[in-house]
This record gives sequence, C-alpha cells and structure tokens, in this order.
Amino acid sequence: MKAMNLNGHILRRGLAEGRLALLASLRSRQEMFGTAVFVAAFIIGLSFVRDQTVDGTGVAAATASLPGVLGMAVVFVGVLSTAMVLATEREDGTLLRAKALPDGMAVYLVGKVVFAAALVLTTVALLVLPGLFLFDGLAAGLATGWPLLLGVLLLGMVASIPAGTVLGSMFDNPRLVNGIGMIPVMGLTMISGVFYPITALPGWVQAIAQAFPIYWIGLGLRSAVLPDSMLSAEIGESWRHLEMVGVLGAWSVAGLALAPWLLRRMARRVSGSNVEKARQKAMQRV
Amino acid sequence: MALTDEGPTRAPTGSPGAGPAIEVRGLRMRYGTNDVLKGVDLRADPGEVIVLLGPNGAGKTTTVEILEGFRMPSAGEVSVLGTDPATGNEAWRARLGVVLQSWRDHGNWRVRELLAHFAAHYTPYSTAARPRPRDVDGLLAEVGLAGHAGARIASLSGGQRRRLDVAIGIVGRPEVLFLDEPTAGFDPQARRDFHDLLHSMSDEEGTTILLTTHDLDEAEKLGDRILILAGGRIVAEGSAERLARQVGGGSEVRWTRAGQRFVHTAQDGTAFVRELLAQHGDEVADLEVKRASLEDAYMELVARHESGRADEAAAVLDGTEGIGR
Repeated sequence: MKAMNLNGHILRRGLAEGRLALLASLRSRQEMFGTAVFVAAFIIGLSFVRDQTVDGTGVAAATASLPGVLGMAVVFVGVLSTAMVLATEREDGTLLRAKALPDGMAVYLVGKVVFAAALVLTTVALLVLPGLFLFDGLAAGLATGWPLLLGVLLLGMVASIPAGTVLGSMFDNPRLVNGIGMIPVMGLTMISGVFYPITALPGWVQAIAQAFPIYWIGLGLRSAVLPDSMLSAEIGESWRHLEMVGVLGAWSVAGLALAPWLLRRMARRVSGSNVEKARQKAMQRV
Repeated sequence: MALTDEGPTRAPTGSPGAGPAIEVRGLRMRYGTNDVLKGVDLRADPGEVIVLLGPNGAGKTTTVEILEGFRMPSAGEVSVLGTDPATGNEAWRARLGVVLQSWRDHGNWRVRELLAHFAAHYTPYSTAARPRPRDVDGLLAEVGLAGHAGARIASLSGGQRRRLDVAIGIVGRPEVLFLDEPTAGFDPQARRDFHDLLHSMSDEEGTTILLTTHDLDEAEKLGDRILILAGGRIVAEGSAERLARQVGGGSEVRWTRAGQRFVHTAQDGTAFVRELLAQHGDEVADLEVKRASLEDAYMELVARHESGRADEAAAVLDGTEGIGR
C-alpha cells in the first residue's frame, strides 16, 4: 500500500471520527444546553436593540452588532472548546485509546479539527439563521457578502483551532483550561469591539485588541454584511482587509507551527497510569 | 502532524520458531530517586499466555506500559514482535492489542459505533494470514454485548463496559495482547466466558497474551507461565504447580483414625502417606492429600519480600529457570 492511500485512510477515519463525535455531542444534553444558552442569550440580547439604528447610518443596531458576536463565537468555540475537549479527553482516557490504535493519534487529531470546525459553523448558523428574519438588513448584506463571510470564518477557524490545541496541550487539568482560558478571552471580547465600537476605547487598549483574532474576525465579518456607511466607527475608517489577513494569517502560522510539536509531546506523555491518577483525583473531588 | 510515511508491512505472524514475541532484558525504571523496576527479565514465545502477579506497587503496570510503548524505560533491552516499543511504528502498533480500563471516555457514543470506528483503523493492516479487523457484530456477540449494540456507552454497567474494553483490545486480531487487570468487576459467568475467549485466541490464533491480575485463581487457570513481580524484580517464575511445589513447603495431609481427625504438613506428601499406611494400614480413613496451592506460594513469596528478604525469596527458587536477579 502506498503512503498516499494510508493518508487517505487517515483522512477518511478522521472525518468519520469528527462526524461521530458531533453526533455524540448532539446526544449530550449538557453540551447542547450550553450551546443553546449561548445562542439564545445573544439572539434575545440583540432583539432588544432590534428597532434601534446606528446614529446617522440607518443600519439596524442588531445587524451591526451580530458580526462581532460571531467573531467572539468563533474564538470561544475554536479556542476554548477545542482546548477543553483536548484537556478533558487526555484525562478521561480518550486520547490513550487513540494512542493504542494504529494511526490512532493522527485520526484523532483530524477528527478534532473536523469536530471543532463543525461546531463553529453550527454555532454561527444558529446565530445567523434567526438573525436573517429578526434583524433588518442582515439578509440584504449577506446576499452579496456571503463569500467574504465564509472566507473570514474559514480564516478565523484556521487561526483559532490550532491555538486551541496549543492551549489544550499545555494544561493537564480541564478545569484549569476553563479558568485560565476563559479570563483572557472574556477580557479580549470586552475590548474587541463586540459590544461597542473599538474607536471609543483608549489607543493602548485598541493596540492590545488588534493583536488578537477576535477583533479581526469581527471586523472582517462586519465588512461582509454591513454597508460602507458603517466605516465611521472603525479604526482608520477602513475595513483593512490586508491587515486582517496578516494578523489572522500570523496566528494561523504560529498555531500550525506549534500545535504538532506540543501535541506530539502531549501524546508521548499519555499513559494508563496518568489516566488512573486523574481518575483517582476526580473521584476524590466528587 | 504524526502521519507516518511507512506503508503497512506484511510482517510474519507469530509462528513458533519466529523468535520470542516478547523479550525483556535488564529492564529498569526509575522515577526520580525511586527505582520501580530493578532489572526485569522476561520472555514470551508466540502463543504463550504469561501472567504477571504481584502486590500493588510492584511495577506490574509500569512493565506492561513499557511493553505497550506508552512509557520509556530508564534502562534495559525491550523487544515486542522484534521491535523496540520506543520506536515502534503504526504497522507494529496494528499487530498489538491493548485492553485499557475505561472510565468515562466516549460516554455519548454508541457501543457498535465506537467498536466499528476503532475496527476500521486496522483495515490497511490486514494480511492474508491475519484478516483485520475482526467482524464487529460477531465480536459483540462473543463478548455478550450484541443486545447493547445501540446503547450509549455511559449507560452500560461496569461489567458491560469492561467487556467492551476487551472487545476494543482484540478487534484488530492482535498477535500480542496486553491486559492490565482485565476481569476486575466481572461476575463469575463473564469471567468464565472471558477466559474461554482468551484460550481460543491463544490456541486458534497463536496470540501471545500478557496479563496482570490480583486473582490467583485466574492466574492458575490462564497462565502457561506465571511470573511473580515483587520489589521491582521477578522473584519467581514457572507454572502454577511448579511455583507451589517450590515454595509452598510440601503437602497438607488429612486423615481420620479411630474417629479422630489428623492434619499434617509434609515436605514430601507421598513418602509421608506411604509411611502412614504402612504403620496404621486399615485404620486410616478419609485420606486427603492436598498440594500447597499457588496462593500459599504467592503469599509466602510476597511475605518474604515484604520482610526485606527478597533475595532469599529468589534464592529459594534457585534451580528454576530465568529468575530475575
């Protein structure tokens, strides 16, 4: 058998793994509940400002805010959920099972990327679909802007999912990932123009926000669905597509460069005794 | 990522004469300043069933994890199917079976779904002599989970989950199978079915099996050879009968004479009985001779080890082959 066939086999198994993991996650009430609350909170929140428009533009406030929320969702799911899943599955023995199978680790990782991408797209769809009916101007914006929207989402996922695997491989304890990961992501969300325009913030805060993906994914998505009359609220009154590709591209390259090395290190360290130790510890907590 | 470039090799299956399936020499494992393994030697021929017995903390799990390639030893030579586990590739991995303890992984997956997905990993590594993977539905029936094929894994009982672990471990029709305390939590029927399954794997498919257990009865039933690991060394090795004879201090003889019961422990049971009958003849009734059991031997060895006389424990068995000293 040629190496090509083997890589095809890994890819097919990885796709199957991602699909089965998604099905399993759909069966989990806890996970479904989490997503439903997240989506419902934002749809309801945005519905409160449904009838308002952004001053001097005539653009619905809800429509103007949705791209920022999507950017936040991409990073939450792509980085935090991915990191959580990796840390949890290292502890509960899922990863050890993968290690015991031929090509198991490669299949597992392909499966995780597929799963994370599916989860990001599902969350985005759950936010956009009701928005099409509820928020004025979203449907019109998407009618022409959807290729750009998909492009930005794709780039956003490539920037965030490897970063999530890096985060997940660095921490042993899933509760720690949640604690440590949640704070910076929440903080960045606050300053990334999700809830109010970034131009309202001091310059040094703007500089920090612009080093991270949330702001750029939000900006890119705004450029896809909003008219140019909204540019007055953006830095330099420009959609800055080149800069967006540059920053998200840099995150992607850094993540893709670090992830294999860290994941290999993580996989090397997984053993039955580690899993047993984690199990004993978890039993004591209960 | 960790994609391998090597295509699967058509390796010879474990046939007698192809060299040992497992060979370990001078294996040492040190965590910090603590020596867990202090020079373990062991060897398993193709199709052999080896049982590793020993008290908690003796290094059983560490030994098995090194053989599985999950842990790097501090020193020593290790070869499983002719390959050092530290450098084993995916084709080598496909020839092994590992039975892991499940906890809460894949809880939302369905039983058949998971087994079929894992089974498909082995497809590129199928050979004419060893078609891989095993038939999933047949295997589910064999481990008694046919009725639970569509069940969520989290909804299985402890014993059912353990049987799924076993099914996952053998779905690739392994040449070497590792099991770390496989029957903990099995009911007697499940345990017997499991033993039958292992016997048929070693007899019909020539699978080499290494298992650890606390259950002496299980060790006696399954093991072609039993190795007792204590204090980081193999302190005894042999068949259950041989171990018992070497360590247990002879036989226990019980009889009644003139309505009175007698018990005597004799180093040579046969000689004692001969003498007993010569002396009392027809008066002796209800004669019972019991050879010291594996349990006696095990308790004795572990007790000697724990009282710090490990070398003495091994010395008692001098003359038996392959004592790890």
